[in-house]
Amino acid sequence: MSASAVHSLWTTAATAPLQDQITKIDAPKFEYGQMSPTLIVLGAAIIGVLVEAFVPRKSRYYVQVFLSVVALAAAFAAIIALAAGGYGTTKARISAMGAIAVDGPSLFLQGTILLAGLVAVFTFAERRLDPAAGAHRVDSFAAQAASVPGSDSEKAAVKAGFTTTEVFPLVLFAIGGMLIFPSANDLLTLFIALEVFSLPLYLLCALARRKRLVSQEAAVKYFLLGAFASAFTLFGIALLYGYAGSVSYATIAQVVDGSIQNVSPALADTMGNDALLLIGAALLVMGLLFKVGAVPFHMWTPDVYQGAPTPVTGFMAAATKVAAFGALLRVLYVVLPGLRWDWRPVMWGVAIVTMLGGAIVAITQTDMKRLLAYSSIAHAGFILAGVIAMTPDGVSSVLFYLAAYSFVTIGAFAVVTLVRDAGGEATHLSKWAGLGRRSPLVAAVFAVFLLAFAGIPLTSGFAGKFAVFKAAAEGGAAPLVVIGVISSAVAAFFYIRVIVLMFFSEPKPEGPTVAVPSPLTMTAIGLGVAVTLVLGVAPQYFLDLAGQAGVFVR
Amino acid sequence: MSQVVNAGFPLLTATAALPAVGAIATAAVPAARRTAAKWLALLVSLATLVLAAIVAVRFDPGGDRYQLAESHAWIEDFGVRYELGVDGIAVALIALTAVLIPFIILAGWHDADPLETKSKRWRPTQGFFALILAVEAMVILSFEATDIFLFYIFFEAMLIPMYFLIGGFGDRAHAGGDEAAATQRSYAAVKFLLYNLVGGLIMLAAVIGLYVVAGNFSLQEIAAARAGGQLDMATNTERLLFLGFFFAFAVKAPLWPLHTWLPNAMGEATAPVAVLITAVVDKVGTFAMLRFCLQLFPEASKWATPVILVLAVISIVYGALLAVGQRDIKRLVAYASISHFGFIIMGIFAMTSQGQSGATLYMVNHGISTAALMLVAGFLISRRGSRLIADYGGVQKVAPVLAGTFLIGGLATLSLPGLAPFVSEFLVLVGTFTRYPVIGIIATFGIVLAALYTLVLYQRTMTGPVKPEVSAMPDLRVRELVVVAPLIALLIFLGVYPKPVTDIVNPAVGHTLSDVQQQDPKPEVEAAK
Repeated sequence: MSASAVHSLWTTAATAPLQDQITKIDAPKFEYGQMSPTLIVLGAAIIGVLVEAFVPRKSRYYVQVFLSVVALAAAFAAIIALAAGGYGTTKARISAMGAIAVDGPSLFLQGTILLAGLVAVFTFAERRLDPAAGAHRVDSFAAQAASVPGSDSEKAAVKAGFTTTEVFPLVLFAIGGMLIFPSANDLLTLFIALEVFSLPLYLLCALARRKRLVSQEAAVKYFLLGAFASAFTLFGIALLYGYAGSVSYATIAQVVDGSIQNVSPALADTMGNDALLLIGAALLVMGLLFKVGAVPFHMWTPDVYQGAPTPVTGFMAAATKVAAFGALLRVLYVVLPGLRWDWRPVMWGVAIVTMLGGAIVAITQTDMKRLLAYSSIAHAGFILAGVIAMTPDGVSSVLFYLAAYSFVTIGAFAVVTLVRDAGGEATHLSKWAGLGRRSPLVAAVFAVFLLAFAGIPLTSGFAGKFAVFKAAAEGGAAPLVVIGVISSAVAAFFYIRVIVLMFFSEPKPEGPTVAVPSPLTMTAIGLGVAVTLVLGVAPQYFLDLAGQAGVFVR
Repeated sequence: MSQVVNAGFPLLTATAALPAVGAIATAAVPAARRTAAKWLALLVSLATLVLAAIVAVRFDPGGDRYQLAESHAWIEDFGVRYELGVDGIAVALIALTAVLIPFIILAGWHDADPLETKSKRWRPTQGFFALILAVEAMVILSFEATDIFLFYIFFEAMLIPMYFLIGGFGDRAHAGGDEAAATQRSYAAVKFLLYNLVGGLIMLAAVIGLYVVAGNFSLQEIAAARAGGQLDMATNTERLLFLGFFFAFAVKAPLWPLHTWLPNAMGEATAPVAVLITAVVDKVGTFAMLRFCLQLFPEASKWATPVILVLAVISIVYGALLAVGQRDIKRLVAYASISHFGFIIMGIFAMTSQGQSGATLYMVNHGISTAALMLVAGFLISRRGSRLIADYGGVQKVAPVLAGTFLIGGLATLSLPGLAPFVSEFLVLVGTFTRYPVIGIIATFGIVLAALYTLVLYQRTMTGPVKPEVSAMPDLRVRELVVVAPLIALLIFLGVYPKPVTDIVNPAVGHTLSDVQQQDPKPEVEAAK
C-alpha cells in the first residue's frame, strides 16, 4: 500500500483552496453599546489586576474600592440606559453574533446582579470589624492567601497587617461572568460564563482571614463539586450539539419542535436522536441546578456557605442564585419549551424535595451560616415553583423574587459579620442568645430579615412568595403551592426560633459583642432593610418592572 | 350591593392609622421618659376610641351594606386594592376593640417597667405599649378590609407584635423562678405563633386558589359574582377553598381541636395581654368566618355545617370541663374562653338570624366580660405573685372591692341574667335550637358547667378563712378601679339594654343570611297551620 493510500485512510483532500474559504469570513459584528455593562465590569476587573501590580500597597485598597464601585455603578447606569432605550421590550434583540440576548430578563437580572454586587463590594471593603493589626485596619480576607494556615509566614503577614486587595478584581470578574450567564444565547457562551464566574468564586471562598482551614476546605469542596457540575454541563452541551447540530438556543429550540431538520449534514446520524436530547438536556439542567443549589445537587451549599468569608457568602447566596436562575429560566423557556412535558414532572419533583428538604434540614442546624445556607436551599425550591409555571407570570414572578431575595440575603449575612467574639464571627446559634437585650437595633434588623425569609406579610419575602405561588397555581401546579405553603410553615419555625433566641433568651455573660461597622456595612444593611420594606409594602412598581421584563427574545 | 366610595375624610383609614402612628411614636420615646410613653399610648388609644365612636355614629344601620368605603389601587399585579368598608358587625367589633385597648393599657401600666436598667438602649416599656397599639391598628384594619388579600396581610402580620407581647413580657413572680418562667413563656409564644402561622399559610394557599378562580380579591365583587351566578365554582374547589379559609379562622378563634395554644398563651402572658388575645385578636377569627367563609363559599358552608357544629359543641363542653379542672386562674379563664368561642361559632353556623345576631353580640359581650374577669384576676395575681387557685383564700375579707368586681366578672362569664352575656348566649341557644335541637340541648350543659367553674373559683379564692399570705393584700387602687368600673357598667348596661348593638348588627346579619340563602325556620305552630 502506497503512502498516499495509507494517508487517505484518515485524511481527505480539501475540495476547495483554503484561501477561498478564509475570504468568506466576515468580520464579527459586535454591538459595544448593548454589551457595555459586561464590558465595563470586565474592563474594570482587568484594570484592577493592573492596579494590584503597579499601585503602591498603601493606596491599593482605596483605588480598588473606588474602581469597583465606579465600575459597578457605571455598568448599572448602562443597564438603565439600555432599558430606557427600549432594549428590554420593543428593541429586545440578539447581539454579539448570536451569543448574547439583550432582552427584558437579561437587563432585569443584570441590574439585580450589579446592585447586589455593589452592596456586596461594600461588605467586602469593610475594615472596622476585625481588630486592627498594628496600625493597619484589616478586612475579612486572609492577610496572605499563599501562606499555610498556622505557619510562621502567616503570623508574620498578619502582624504586618497585610490585606488581600485582589478580592476586588476577583469579584468584578465573577460579576462579569454572572452578567453574561443569564443573557447567554448559545450553549458555549453559557459555559464560558459559568466558568468565568465560578473560578473567582472558588478562590474567594478560600480567602477567609479567620478559620482558614475551614475556608480552604470549603473552597476545595466547592471547586471539586463545581468542576463535576461543569463537566456534566459541558457533556450535556456536547450531546445537545449532537442532537441539534448547533449550540444556538433558537436553533436547538426549532430542532426540538421540528421546524428545522438537517442543520448540519455531518451530524445526519445523530440529529434528531431523542436520547441525545433527553440526556443532554438533563445534564445541562443538572449543571444549572447545581449552581442554584437545588436538592439533590445542594450538598456543597452548607459547607461552602459556612466556610467562605461571610461577605463572600452573602455575595454568592445572592448574585450566584440570580445569575443561575436567570440561565435556568432561559434554557427552559427558550431552548426547551418543546420538551416541557418531559422536564416539568422532573422539575416538580426537584422543587418539592428542594422546598421540603431545605426547610426540614435547616431545623437541625446550630450554626447561623449553615442555617442560612439551608434556608437558601428552601428558597431555591420556592423559586423553582415559579419556574415551573411556564407562563409569562412565572418569569416575572421569578425575577421579582430574585431581586427581593438577594437584598435580604446580603443584608442578613452582613449582620452576621457584626456579631463577633474573640475568635472572629460568632456564628454558633447559642452565642446569639439575648442579642436583642444587648443590641436591640441589630437584633431588630436581623429579625426583619428573618421575617422576610419567612414570608411574613408587609415584607418583600411575602410579596415574592405570593408572586411565585400565584404563578405556579395559575400554571396548574396547585399541589406544588400547597407543598410550598407547608414548607414555608416548617421554615418559619427555625426563623422564629432565632428570633426567640435573640429576644427572649437571657444574654450569656461571655457572649459576643456587636462590632460597630463603618458606613459601608451600614449602607449594605440599610439598603437591605429599605428594599425589604419597600418591596413588602409597595411592590407594584417593581412588579410592573418585572412584568415588563418577562419576555425572552428568541 | 352598592359600592359607594366615600370621597370625604378617610375615616376608616384614620381609625387604623392613628394607633399605628401612635405605636411608632411610643416606640421612639427615649428610654428615660418611660411614663411619657405610657401616657402617649393611653392618649392615642383614647383618641382612637373617639374615632371609632364617630364611625359608629356615622354608620347608618338601615343604609348600604358596606359604608364609609374607601378604595385605592395598591398592587395591581396581584389584583389587590386597598379597599375598606364596614358593615354592622365590623362596626360593633371595631368599637369593642377601641373600648378595650385603653383599659388594657391602663391595666398593664406597670407590667413592663424594667426591673433594673441593664442597657440604656433596652426600652421594654416603650416596646410593650407600642406593640399593643400596633396590634390595635392591625385588628381594626382586618375588621375594615373588604379586600381579601388586604385582610390576609393584617391577619398574618398581627401575629408578630402579638408574639413579642406574649414572649417578651410575663408576670413578675413565677413559681419556678425567672429561668423557668422565661422558658415557658417563649414556649407559649412559639406555640401561639406556629399554630397561627400554619393556619395562616394554609389560608394563603386558599387565597391564591381563590385568585386563580375569581381573578381578583374584592370581597364585594366576588360575593356579587357568586350571588349573581357569574362565578361558578366546582363543588370540590369551593369546599377546598372554604376549608383553607376556615382552618385559619378556626385556629385563631380557637375551635377544638385547634385550641391548645390558647391556654399556654393566656397562662404565660400578662393579664392585659391575655385579654388582648382572647377579647380582641381572637375575634378576628370568628368575625372572618361570618364575613368571608359564609359570603364567599355559601354552598361549602352549608356542606360543612354539621361537622362544624359538632366541633363547636365539643369546644363548649370540653372547654368548660377543663376549666372546672384547672388549678391556675388564668388557664381557667382560657378554657372558659374556648367554651365561649364554641358558642360563638355555633351561633354563626346555626344559620339563623337569632344565632348570628347572638354570635355577634356574644363576641362583643365576651370581650367585655372576659376583660373584666381577667383584668381583676391579673390585679389579684400581681398582689400575691401566684397564679395557683390554691394559694388564695378569704380574699373578700381583706379586699372586698376586688372580690366584688371579680364576682361580677365571673357572673358575667356564666351568663347571669341581667348581665350582657346572658342576652347573647340566650340568642345563640334559641337560634341553634330552632334548627338543631339536639346540638342546642347539649350546648346548654356548657352553661351549667360555667356556673360550676366560676363559682368554685370564687369560693376557693375569695371565701373561707383568710390565708396568711393574703392577709395584707391591698384592695383595688384608683387606677385599677378606673379600669374595672366602666367595664362592669358596660356589662350591666348591655345586659339590660342591648338594643344599640343589636340595631347595628341585625341588618348585617340579614345580609349574611341571604348570602347563604337561608331563612329562619318558621315556628312550628305557625307551620302547622
